[in-house]
Amino acid sequence: MGNRLEVTEQSARETGVRLASTARAVLGERVAGVAAIEGSALYLLDRVVSQAEAELLTRSLVDPATQTAHWSTVTAETALQPGTVEVVLRAGVTDPVGAAFEQAAAMVGMAPVRVRSGQRYRVGAESPTDLAAGRYAIEALLRNEIVDELFATTVAQARFTTAPDDVTVEIIPVRSLDAVALHGLSRTRGLALDPEELVALQDYFRSIDRDPTDAELETIAQTWSEHCSHKTFRAAITWDDGTQVVPLLKQLRDSTDTIAASFVRSAFVDNAGIIAFDDRFDVAIKVETHNHPSAVEPFGGANTGVGGVIRDVLGVAADPIATTDILCFGPLDTPADTLPAGVLHPFRVRQGVVAGVADYGNKLGLPTVAGAVVHHDGFTANPLVFCGCIGLRPAGLQLEGQQPGHRIIAIGGATGRDGIRGATFSSTTMDATTGDVAGASVQIGDPIIEKLVADVLVVARDARLFSAITDCGAGGFSSAIGELAAELGADVDLDTAPRKYAGLAPWEVWLSEAQERMVLAVPSGHVAALRSICTDHGVEMCDLGSFRNDGQLIVRCVGSTIVDLPGSFLHDGRPQRQMVASHPTAPEPYGGRNDDAIVANAAQILLAVLAHSDVRSNEDIVRGYDHEIMGATISRPYQGAADDGPADAAVLAPVRSTSGRGLTIGIGVGYRTGDIDAYRMACASIDEAVRNAVCVGADPDQIALLDNFSWGDPRRPETLGKLVQAVRGCVDGAAQFQAPFVSGKDSLNNEYETAAGTCRSIPPTLVITALAIVPDALRTVSSDAKQAGNRIVLVGGHGVDLRGSVLDSVLGIDGPGSVPGASVDAAARYRAVHQAMRSGLVRAAHDVSDGGLLSCVAEMCIGGRLGARLNLVDGSLPNGVVAALFGETSGRIVLEVEPSDCDAVLALTGGEVIGSFEHEAHVVVTLSQGPVLDVGLADLLHAWRGHVVFGGFA
Amino acid sequence: MNANVAKPTAVVITSPGTNRDHDVAFALELAGAQVDRVALSVLTKRPEQLLDYQMAVFAGGFSHADALGAGTLSGLRISNGIGDTVRTFVATGRPVIGICNGFQMLVRSGLLPGSLTHNASGRFVCRWVTLAAANPDRSVWTRNISSAIQCPVAHGEGRYVADPATIAEHQALRYVDGTDPNGSVEATAGVTDATGLILGLMPHPENHVLERQHPRYLRGEAAGLALQLFRNGVDHVKARG
Repeated sequence: MGNRLEVTEQSARETGVRLASTARAVLGERVAGVAAIEGSALYLLDRVVSQAEAELLTRSLVDPATQTAHWSTVTAETALQPGTVEVVLRAGVTDPVGAAFEQAAAMVGMAPVRVRSGQRYRVGAESPTDLAAGRYAIEALLRNEIVDELFATTVAQARFTTAPDDVTVEIIPVRSLDAVALHGLSRTRGLALDPEELVALQDYFRSIDRDPTDAELETIAQTWSEHCSHKTFRAAITWDDGTQVVPLLKQLRDSTDTIAASFVRSAFVDNAGIIAFDDRFDVAIKVETHNHPSAVEPFGGANTGVGGVIRDVLGVAADPIATTDILCFGPLDTPADTLPAGVLHPFRVRQGVVAGVADYGNKLGLPTVAGAVVHHDGFTANPLVFCGCIGLRPAGLQLEGQQPGHRIIAIGGATGRDGIRGATFSSTTMDATTGDVAGASVQIGDPIIEKLVADVLVVARDARLFSAITDCGAGGFSSAIGELAAELGADVDLDTAPRKYAGLAPWEVWLSEAQERMVLAVPSGHVAALRSICTDHGVEMCDLGSFRNDGQLIVRCVGSTIVDLPGSFLHDGRPQRQMVASHPTAPEPYGGRNDDAIVANAAQILLAVLAHSDVRSNEDIVRGYDHEIMGATISRPYQGAADDGPADAAVLAPVRSTSGRGLTIGIGVGYRTGDIDAYRMACASIDEAVRNAVCVGADPDQIALLDNFSWGDPRRPETLGKLVQAVRGCVDGAAQFQAPFVSGKDSLNNEYETAAGTCRSIPPTLVITALAIVPDALRTVSSDAKQAGNRIVLVGGHGVDLRGSVLDSVLGIDGPGSVPGASVDAAARYRAVHQAMRSGLVRAAHDVSDGGLLSCVAEMCIGGRLGARLNLVDGSLPNGVVAALFGETSGRIVLEVEPSDCDAVLALTGGEVIGSFEHEAHVVVTLSQGPVLDVGLADLLHAWRGHVVFGGFA
Repeated sequence: MNANVAKPTAVVITSPGTNRDHDVAFALELAGAQVDRVALSVLTKRPEQLLDYQMAVFAGGFSHADALGAGTLSGLRISNGIGDTVRTFVATGRPVIGICNGFQMLVRSGLLPGSLTHNASGRFVCRWVTLAAANPDRSVWTRNISSAIQCPVAHGEGRYVADPATIAEHQALRYVDGTDPNGSVEATAGVTDATGLILGLMPHPENHVLERQHPRYLRGEAAGLALQLFRNGVDHVKARG
């Protein structure tokens, strides 16, 4: 039994009161009597320290001006006061805080001590019921079953892992199994393989006259997983009328080949897409999803989502310079008692995800510069987390490629039991037990290690020490080495891989998705030089073996051969998936729009639209992300006269670049209209991403695209039908703008199976990321209105499409009409807008999207702290007043233009003047018959910050 | 400038998790210094290496992931490993600056007075602030700074706490125009040691050394460039000859 140290901040009471107030907001009545939840940091030592040692540690670690320290000695039986709860990390969970304490103890000259960290909470409440409610709040909001152990009656016990190494290699009989037993095996081991795939696997082992090892079975399941092999996107798809669909991935790749853009350096083949930036640099980009892990452990899931996509960019030998995040959650006001079993409350998910994104990016030192947050009931059980990363690498960089004899070197973090089977986990449907069985799928991030790895890679790349590189993501070594060795084969010995702790079975070492690891192919003459760089940076490195020349993948561990498979079987042995798609039927609209009532209540509706969760400001989230680090950020997420107006897209001008160019990242998110018309949703999402980039100054002829599909189970023909339609929309959209796709990622099976057996699918969700070049970064245009008296020019015409709009969402209907799709002639229009910008004729630009024209102009006014006066002519509105004010038709941009430049801009863009910005801080709209709306700027701002709840019409 | 005159040499000291080292190196180069980045763990093995340089920077970031509190472990490493060498460095007239996490380290190591604790809001915040030199002549770094500086903050533990006497004697920079992001006592953004050579501050002047970095540059505003702070450090070294 050892000592324990509690450190309490002087502000603990304040923080605890704030926490209790959050708990009341989220958990409601049940915790009404909880006044505070005060926390202290808890350190559990594995031995008793002397009085002198305790004093030394206190002096070294605790600031008496702001903290108090309390040492104690307890036994396992020591009882906790009612209302006191202690939480410590489970055995095997990485504990950087405990490790830091151990380092500090060593630094001050103490004999070795092992330390686990945790938290001690004291509930501030009177009655036993309220004390119990406080404990409930701690369990609901502060502790995660998967990584934390909770103690409520006796004091917390530290869990030091001491299990001996498990060297068992299990042989799994598959040759003798019938179809039912094969399926049973797939289910019990969580292999997520199709029946045809199980047969192919069985046939193979019958042909070589032996059964697979556990490691081989897991390797095949990982390699063939939806996550790693994109079997739906490579599948042979037939429409239910018998017509064939070109495989989806092929359609996207072919479209890029057809566009043949000169600026594309690498599309689809590497970990990230790469385009030319300037004479010195190319730019790499990748966007990934981390949906399932974020559903069960929001902080860790999002945290490692960011870490994973950064490694994708490191995996093309680029230096990361920025991250993006698009987050989809359930409604924050979801009543807790309506949640399906095992589903975390959307508030909890959002809180954890946002903190996880912020933690990784901020600590690694990357600006988080672009993103979106949406809320919809369909994301309650299955939230979506899209993480993107952009990086620079020397222009024209070519790696030699792995060769027989090159060493296989892993650098970075040690291997633990974190994230086992993530690739197969993400390829299945979730249910109430997901959190329990998938405990091992949750990965634990350490951004500091990844930062050090990134620093090593820059030096090693510039010294040309490695010939190929990839990251350890889903599937761990199995995936990383498996892919690098797909052609050549490899001899791998896992004994040298550093472990976080003992007790790992060989297959676990091979499959573990422990974070912050990269795998390099290194000519043997360069190994010593690489080792020296790693030592200088404090990064672990291990030599796992070498590439062969016969295609055989052979893995050994503790003297046993655990994998012996040919690359041809692993990578080409999976039978192509055969799938059927059916033409989806759009749901019937319900509820109509009473145009007169909408116009009569336009002011109130505008406020509700601005406060809608798809439109409103997310500044409260974004200020928790560092968007300034690296000094390259020209267009920020929130900017304008008071630094709080929205930006259409981020613009970065790297400080070391001398070309004067900027990079922009525009994002288009579609989810409200996918069930109605997935083709039009895809077209509109591309238009939105491209338009956002154009609005800040991007050259419309230098735009590359990324697709991220998050869909339900594609084995349901209608769901697949929507996917096929969306891909066709992507292909057509790319062609329209001659903007090639350079990378993409699909996350399918985003479903939750309830206890009753019904599946809740997410709405089909498409995120399009546009990476574009801003030829003159200093001419970046922002959306905030600059000057009263300037004209408001609408380019692209008045709105027509109302179905799936924010207006309908606010009204609580799914009204009739068309959903936004492609905008004819948009490409030429955007070139014209760009030309006007290059000529210095545009003072501000903002895209008309969620919420329509009124919310667009209102946001420009908020950004510029100005008013606006719009004069619309009834007869000129193609689909009436309501569609003009709130319609979300694609292809439209509002420009701010000085009166003297107006004629030139109108001639270029074909736009029309619809009003002007005003000193008077009101947005006023007038129709032919008179004023329709007059709202003060303060009210607009208040609503846009999310403070309005629309009660509907009286 | 005569190309034969050697540029002042600056060392940017890093810990695992330091991440604004490149930003501050860029700022110092722009201000006319020649910059090396050296790990604190290297300096603790060879403290005398610090004395090869004419100015020193403890850069921002999340050293050791803020485990045990921001700056605690690195502060301990400084006080146990190079504390005396830093004092010698300063005693020979050489300037030192600690920014954000670097400020936290200097405070935890006792090289600067006072304490830094969690923001009053309880949250990490990234936003632009406006700074005024409390008493420009008090620090070599703030000499000539008569108008406000604008630059971003990005921290969760930046609330400066000290007794009135310490504030009166050591405050070097304060947040003005209602931009205090963390509830610091007397809106203190930065403090100096008694010699005026060591400056610690929470905001990031290294992220406003180019006009285009200003958040309202796109509105035609370009005020409060923070480069002068680094120029002052460099000029001080040059003046010493």
